[in-house]
Amino acid sequence: MHELSVMRNVIDIASEHAAGRPVQRLQLAVGRLSCVMPRALHFCFDSLARGTPLEQAELQISEIDGLARCGACGAEFAMPAGGARCDCGSLDFQLLAGEELKIVELEFQEEN
Amino acid sequence: MCTTCGCSDQSRLTVTRMHAPGAAHDHGQHHHHPRDAQTLRLEQDILGKNDAIAARNRDDFSARQVLALNLLSAPGSGKTSLLERTLREIELPAAVIEGDQHSLNDARRIRATGAPVVQLNTGAGCHLEADMLAHGVAELQPAAGSLLFIENVGNLVCPALFDLGEAAKVVILSVTEGEDKPLKYPHMFRAANLLLINKIDLLPYLDFDIEACVAAARQVNPQLSVLQLSARSGEGLAAWYAWLRAQHAELAKAVASDQRGAA
Repeated sequence: MHELSVMRNVIDIASEHAAGRPVQRLQLAVGRLSCVMPRALHFCFDSLARGTPLEQAELQISEIDGLARCGACGAEFAMPAGGARCDCGSLDFQLLAGEELKIVELEFQEEN
Repeated sequence: MCTTCGCSDQSRLTVTRMHAPGAAHDHGQHHHHPRDAQTLRLEQDILGKNDAIAARNRDDFSARQVLALNLLSAPGSGKTSLLERTLREIELPAAVIEGDQHSLNDARRIRATGAPVVQLNTGAGCHLEADMLAHGVAELQPAAGSLLFIENVGNLVCPALFDLGEAAKVVILSVTEGEDKPLKYPHMFRAANLLLINKIDLLPYLDFDIEACVAAARQVNPQLSVLQLSARSGEGLAAWYAWLRAQHAELAKAVASDQRGAA
């Protein structure tokens, strides 16, 4: 179950940047072609965040649709996980989006 | 631990971390965002650390003049049988890193071929990561000019995500599996450089449509090379060995040009 490894990396990176400051919101970007399930990430986050600066944080995950450019005609077209071909019939394509797996930003709690 | 496939990863995840103090809480409740809260924009790759170690492995393989191949498949596709026969017949120096959750069984089978082998047991982990491989390579010390076969944990999902620093990913699918597997596990087939369709000696007894399988694989990865073979009957193995020799020749050429550059 790779979401656990992925979330462990998220917590490590975010904790390092937080340097002890409590995090209020953590935003991730996950491509729909990345082979990572947002629901499973939420599940792992609940376990792994305990005892870290992310303990109180809200986890937001934005999903990014797959997008490809046709190698034959240059048109851009949607690429679902199961694959797709350009309307021109070519199977040659280059992926432009959908494989992202990123921490976008951290928002810290207001300091009193 | 996860509800998705029921496995957990105890190889690096410490129990203290999983059970660190802190009351259970509902993340859905924290929607209060004060206007002056500070936002830190990161845009950082989550697997950057693995990727950095994989890049180091790649440099290490290059320095060692070793061609690393990541072998991936579902359990039961015949990976180890194919590897045993390949090691006996390829007539090139080769070493093996075996990845399995438990047992030394596969490493014992490989050792019987005479090839140097190290077994990595991932415990409950469902894939190899770059740092595990680095430890395996340090233990194995593969000879210069050799092929290094990395037999990943049998799994068509998780290993697709973790670069190990290999020169190529080889995915193995047997004809006793569904021909639509490339569409069911598109990430793995998209990440692969070569697809080996194994156990073709069984085709007369099965309804497996090999053309449909190749079409499905090319739908998710138009650049994918495909070879059909049987590790049991030997049919098609010559083309696999030719592919390996061509990769090995590329390595030798790169080494020669490095040496000329250094001279």
